[in-house]
Amino acid sequence: MSTKASRSAARLMLAPAVILLLGWMLVPLTLTLIFSFQRFLPMRGGFQGWVGFENYVRFVTSSAFWPSVQATVVIVGGVLLITVTLGILLAILLDQPMWGQGVVRILVIAPFFVMPTVSGLVWKNMFMDPNNGLLSHLWRFFGADPIIWLSDASMLSIILIVSWQWLPFATLILLTAIQSLDSEQLEAAEMDGAPILSRFWHIILPHLSRAITIVILIQTIFLLAIFAEIFVTTQGSFGTRTLTYLIFQRVLESQNVGLGSAGGIYAVILANIFALFLMRIVGKNLDR
Amino acid sequence: MGQIVLEQVTKSFGDVTVIPPLDLTIEDGEFAVFVGPSGCGKSTLLRLIAGLEDVTSGEIRIDGKECASIPPARRGLAMVFQSYALYPHMTVRKNIAFPLRMAGFDRAEQDRRVEQAAAVLNLTDYLDRRPGQLSGGQRQRVAIGRAIVREPAAFLFDEPLSNLDAALRVGMRLEISELHNRLQTTMIYVTHDQVEAMTMADKIVVLRAGHVEQVGSPLDLYRAPRNLFVAGFIGSPKMNLIEGEEAVKHNATTIGIRPEHISISESEGRWSGIVGVSEHLGSDTFFHVHKTGLADSITVRADGEVGFKHGARIHMTPRDDMIHRFDEKGLRIA
Repeated sequence: MSTKASRSAARLMLAPAVILLLGWMLVPLTLTLIFSFQRFLPMRGGFQGWVGFENYVRFVTSSAFWPSVQATVVIVGGVLLITVTLGILLAILLDQPMWGQGVVRILVIAPFFVMPTVSGLVWKNMFMDPNNGLLSHLWRFFGADPIIWLSDASMLSIILIVSWQWLPFATLILLTAIQSLDSEQLEAAEMDGAPILSRFWHIILPHLSRAITIVILIQTIFLLAIFAEIFVTTQGSFGTRTLTYLIFQRVLESQNVGLGSAGGIYAVILANIFALFLMRIVGKNLDR
Repeated sequence: MGQIVLEQVTKSFGDVTVIPPLDLTIEDGEFAVFVGPSGCGKSTLLRLIAGLEDVTSGEIRIDGKECASIPPARRGLAMVFQSYALYPHMTVRKNIAFPLRMAGFDRAEQDRRVEQAAAVLNLTDYLDRRPGQLSGGQRQRVAIGRAIVREPAAFLFDEPLSNLDAALRVGMRLEISELHNRLQTTMIYVTHDQVEAMTMADKIVVLRAGHVEQVGSPLDLYRAPRNLFVAGFIGSPKMNLIEGEEAVKHNATTIGIRPEHISISESEGRWSGIVGVSEHLGSDTFFHVHKTGLADSITVRADGEVGFKHGARIHMTPRDDMIHRFDEKGLRIA
């Protein structure tokens, strides 16, 4: 790709992809921006004039806004904590030579292939159902009263479901990172008198730090947008209304497209701030 | 103190026996080199001594203490790995201090010992860098620094110079020998390079397929190799091994004569041959001479100024007192 002809040919061939991607991103973003400055109620009179920043002010001053931000943060934080911690432990476990390694690895990765809607329904009906769920049977087996998961421990339930889905991703990335650790380093640490926990703390964990930041970065961006798991389980009730879900409700349940669009723009800004912040950390980590 | 005794030590991985019963004693303060071709079990032997592998049977005693049940860290040994195995996320200072930190020394003592080791190894200016910012030779020195701060009973080196370029290797060879002279600590050094073995060792252990072929000082091995394997392995360029008619004249199956023990002349000599490739090293010249009736060429060392053209006919005379004789089993005939 050094001659002038090949460079322009390359540009020409890249063009369709770039134009398509840009269009895909820019058209919805622009529409959302335009809607956010309108009073637009499709079922109740349609377009009713431009309102400036009124939608933006209404969205943040509504009593549902801060709880939804809090719910988002709790869910994202909780899922990250569970997936990273368990992911590290599982990765170390899967790195050990054992019989049937290939099959076990595929089984561990399997949940990632289940669609969010399906996994939400499976958990709701097979595990968390108060009458027939496996968990309630387990509780009853030990003589305890079954927990009514989705209403009494709604937040925990959502976090568990989403963690189950994302644990394979974390495990997979951390496993590849662990496999790249030079075994002589661990042996050197062993010779240097480091017991097993010190070896984990001083050698394995620092080695994984890059992979961990990458897992956190990628998961955060996807977790900010989780929707299906909430939609098929609690429908946003019992304190599980995240920012994404609130926007959905404003647009489709209250049929207020303008207000929802304003919320959408807030979500875009928030996600970008977060992404930028994380990129910085990753960049710093990758420098070393 | 660091006397290391191996008694009837064996090691198998599954059905494969890597080390058949082996006896070896390394005296306190000795520089012992394990040398042999790759796959001869020399690294495995070192790892057995280090405790990174368990012996299948037999005993390893360090200072008279049987250490099958002693974990690597408590054997009082320090190891320098082939890949150096530095901790990439720690600075040089922290790398060197790591064993001290694990042993629970206080900060002041850690700093004192690290500074001392850094001064010995010329690393003082690099203490705050990370391993990634150092050259190969410097990394090697950090790895040695991490070993010496523990003041171990013995050092174990696993092919420590194989990742360095030729010039640096010569330099580090001297530095390690220097270190041994200063510390007077037992060192066990594994290499496949017979030059390293010859130049550094007090005692060379030649290994083949887990067997000890010969143990002795470098000159013992050079002067009186016990069998054909040792004869071919020790010395550079290799000893010429001649079978057939010439060997029968000396009542042997094979005779060996080193390139440096053959004199050459244009006009007269016991053997004659045609010059093939000649290698001019400046100080020496090595001629590969084809002698009729021999499959392999004979290597001959001559002064650097001697020049024979390719295809020239020359005459060679081996020094009779330097001819090594071997029987049909490949063993030396005294």
